[in-house]
Amino acid sequence: MADGNIGLWTVPLAVLGGAIRVSTPFLFVSLGECITERAGRINLGLEGTLVMGAMSAYGISYLTGSPWLGVLAAGLTGALLGALHAGICSLPRVNDVAVGISLMLFGTGLAFFLGKPLIEPTAARLPAIDFGWWSDVPQVRAALRINVLFLLGVVLAPILFWAFKTTRWGLLIRTAGESADAARAMGHSVLMIRLRATMAGGFLAGIGGSFLSLFYPGSWNEGLSSGQGITAVALVIFARWDPMLCLWASLAFGGAAALGPALQSVGVTSGYHLFNAAPYILTLLIMIITCSPKRTLSGAPAELSITR
Amino acid sequence: MTTEAADPVDAAAIAPAADAGFLQRWGTEIEYILIPGAALVAALVLFGIFVALFGKNPLDLYWYMYYGAFGTWFSWQNTLTRAAPLILTALCTALPAQLGMVIIGGEGALLIGALAATSAALALQGMPPLVVQIAMVVAGMAGGGLWILLSGALRQYRGVNETISSLLLVYIALAILNHLVEGVMRDPASLNKPSTREIGAANMIGSIPGTDVHWGLVFGLIVTVAAYVLIYHTTFGFAARVAGGNIRAAKIVGLSVGRLILTACFLAGACAGLAGMVEVAAVQGRTNANLAVGYGFTGILVAFLARQNPLAIIPVAILLGGINASGGLLQRRLGLPDASVLVLQGIIFISVLASDALYGRIGFLKGKS
Repeated sequence: MADGNIGLWTVPLAVLGGAIRVSTPFLFVSLGECITERAGRINLGLEGTLVMGAMSAYGISYLTGSPWLGVLAAGLTGALLGALHAGICSLPRVNDVAVGISLMLFGTGLAFFLGKPLIEPTAARLPAIDFGWWSDVPQVRAALRINVLFLLGVVLAPILFWAFKTTRWGLLIRTAGESADAARAMGHSVLMIRLRATMAGGFLAGIGGSFLSLFYPGSWNEGLSSGQGITAVALVIFARWDPMLCLWASLAFGGAAALGPALQSVGVTSGYHLFNAAPYILTLLIMIITCSPKRTLSGAPAELSITR
Repeated sequence: MTTEAADPVDAAAIAPAADAGFLQRWGTEIEYILIPGAALVAALVLFGIFVALFGKNPLDLYWYMYYGAFGTWFSWQNTLTRAAPLILTALCTALPAQLGMVIIGGEGALLIGALAATSAALALQGMPPLVVQIAMVVAGMAGGGLWILLSGALRQYRGVNETISSLLLVYIALAILNHLVEGVMRDPASLNKPSTREIGAANMIGSIPGTDVHWGLVFGLIVTVAAYVLIYHTTFGFAARVAGGNIRAAKIVGLSVGRLILTACFLAGACAGLAGMVEVAAVQGRTNANLAVGYGFTGILVAFLARQNPLAIIPVAILLGGINASGGLLQRRLGLPDASVLVLQGIIFISVLASDALYGRIGFLKGKS
């Protein structure tokens, strides 16, 4: 076994490794969107934020040699895009779904524009912690080479869960999401709460993007993200706006997304593209199962335009 | 108002009143042209500043954009050729929008329509070209229609948000296309770029006589006028707009909202599917990944810029087609990356949406009804 010839075990191992590796962007985007949506606004533009985050992280890491500065830059870029979204949405009669679509196109376009010179060079990548040191099997070691960002995300989920439940900030965000009037009556500016929530969401989504370019797949190109951002936004809906459920759902998605490459590695190449579409099909199926036309979803923020 | 106009001083004094009458009648229309127009100009200025940051002269930029889009007969033809699919994919967003739905999956319906049309053509090889072309139109529209119908049905029967589902279906459509094009439908002769077999030169729909613009533009114009008549001059359109305005009221007066949603989604998808058919039968001659160049996504912008009005879609699609067409020139002459067109589109989109806040707030237009 030590020679790495483990036959069909490759597939479940690769799926497990993928669940850990591929899930990170899903996790960050969905946690970010969770904050934004809990405040009563939906940001469909996180797909664009993800790509912009990936590009700026790669660029800064390449220029400074420090991948962690890249991660920070990605977060700040995301927060800026979030501020843009919130700023436009705070104008009267502007639809947040449409603004999200526009920022999705703008973010992707801007990232392709600015990222053109970054396709060739190689930037410093994020380090990984080797949790598989005990094993002789290379596939196990590969599956357990875990990036710090993933661990951060895993820690962040329960913190957010706790923060929504018990902190003053969590209460404010939930109030803005459940009843803008109530928040206003309490003397808070709903627009300011949503601005901060959208910026926080953008920050996390940007970090999710930095993972794409700095760890896995670990390079910058225009095909880097194809719909992970929007899948993560959908994921929040069936995770019922619960950060802990976002974590489990992201893991499931990572596993689904890793299925295609895993099967390819054991020689099953026929349905490669269909297996790559697995996360999208899975999202649709789960939405079909969990949504219902008769009632609004349990746990849905009442101010959210997408569930009304 | 007219009888007292004998005294020239009085006439000058009452002139604003006459203006107010004019504004009362046309104020809304003026707003619908003025505000998106101003948003467009603002977007162009912002984009000019953006390229100036990269050391390019904005005036050169505007000149090349104009020249590449509308400067010569050649660029006009290029523009119109690109406008054709945009008109059709914009309808994919504009038709469901009458019901208050936001469908952004035109790209997926375009790809499925192209696949269906190609399959029809390949299955009917040897038949008279007209038969093949009609079959391609029917297959393309049916394929695209069913694809968006899926989003509508999910919304109607399962309460799944149609914006997200239609976008997810884009990625699924792309996966199906790649799967088929690299699998059972692959032409063994296509080595570098996996493609289906060609539909055959005889089955191509060709150009409008005297031009290089293909017949797809005419398809687009006909469908747009049909969509306009459907929305504004039929009971179906009226019912759809009632349901879009107030879904509860529509249910109370006994409208079958479900059927409206499904029909609108099918027709919407059929338009985008026709765009796919046109791209196959007039441009590519076969199906491959080249079809996914973003016509579906630009179509969303066209629909929003046209405020979901089919007739307004035509000039807006020509404008956006022109911007697309000038991309090549910007790349060659100014050394801007090809994505600069995407950036400009994004800025236009954002600026147009932000301008929604201006309706009913412009000082001199406040006299309108």
